[in-house]
Amino acid sequence: MQHFKGHFLLLLEARTGNSICQVLFSQHYTERDRTSATMLSNKEKDLIKEIWERLTPVAAEIGADALLRMFASYPGTKTYFSHLDISPNSSHLLSHGKKIVLAIAEGAQDISQLTVTLAPLQTLHAYQLRVDPRNFKLLSHSMLVSLACYLGDEFTPVAHAAMDKYLSAFAAVLAEKYR
Amino acid sequence: MVEWSENERSIISNIFSNLDYNDVGPKALVRCLVVYPWTQRYFSSFGNLYNAEAISTNPKVAAHGIKVLHGLDRALKNLDNIKATYAELSVLHSEKLHVDPDNFKLLSDCLTIVIAGKLGSAFTPEVQATFQKFLAVVVSALGKQYH
Repeated sequence: MQHFKGHFLLLLEARTGNSICQVLFSQHYTERDRTSATMLSNKEKDLIKEIWERLTPVAAEIGADALLRMFASYPGTKTYFSHLDISPNSSHLLSHGKKIVLAIAEGAQDISQLTVTLAPLQTLHAYQLRVDPRNFKLLSHSMLVSLACYLGDEFTPVAHAAMDKYLSAFAAVLAEKYR
Repeated sequence: MVEWSENERSIISNIFSNLDYNDVGPKALVRCLVVYPWTQRYFSSFGNLYNAEAISTNPKVAAHGIKVLHGLDRALKNLDNIKATYAELSVLHSEKLHVDPDNFKLLSDCLTIVIAGKLGSAFTPEVQATFQKFLAVVVSALGKQYH
């Protein structure tokens, strides 16, 4: 019922551009939650949470793998790492990969709170790192390939779909403070 | 003109020589229909696509997946002339099938992930980059005749 109401009000807002509707809409979902709340079912959220919990012990390995894949397929992404040693197995690569995976895993613990969880990282990326958000897609794809390699058959089409949606939502939230 | 090093040629041909088309083809198409459900719009004649289970056991999807994967053989055999090789198929996809060319990338990403799942760590970053370069050229050729 809640979901339907939110959807109805969204239609109303789209038709009338009425700001009153926007206020009503935001009482049911906060704008920030809309992305993740409506994109993922509870089953999917549980699946995502479970997968990242399992990958936390190998965070450095997975993260470094995803980064290496991204650098190999999309050489432009290397420009953001000119200050680090990003050769395979370098300590910089492993620690950076670990950081990224742990942030993704933390977000997965409570996807409905993504904006709260990622607030500091939003600021970091918007004001300091200023990574062009198009690159988030490239890392997301590379991460999916890493997951496929690591999980094999377990990375089913359903898991892949859920993960792709989660990483899209994660990237969208990360870019929220850019402008 | 796309340039291919000897190394890239051998990487690409190795991937295909070890490929079970009857397994990978269906898996790639199934994955595309599940992960990007809007792609189902092109398959209304395929019957039951209501959920992941139905899609993955649908015989028409499987048959079509195999067909599509064999379509890549042409590129494999004509690496130095992929654009011309796919001209006819491009016209087909544009004028008869009316497929939005953005979908080609979606399917190619799913194929990459299926192959990654099969090869595991053997699908190194270098192999992945080469394979993605190959798919990107195919995707571009398939979109070339749209107007």
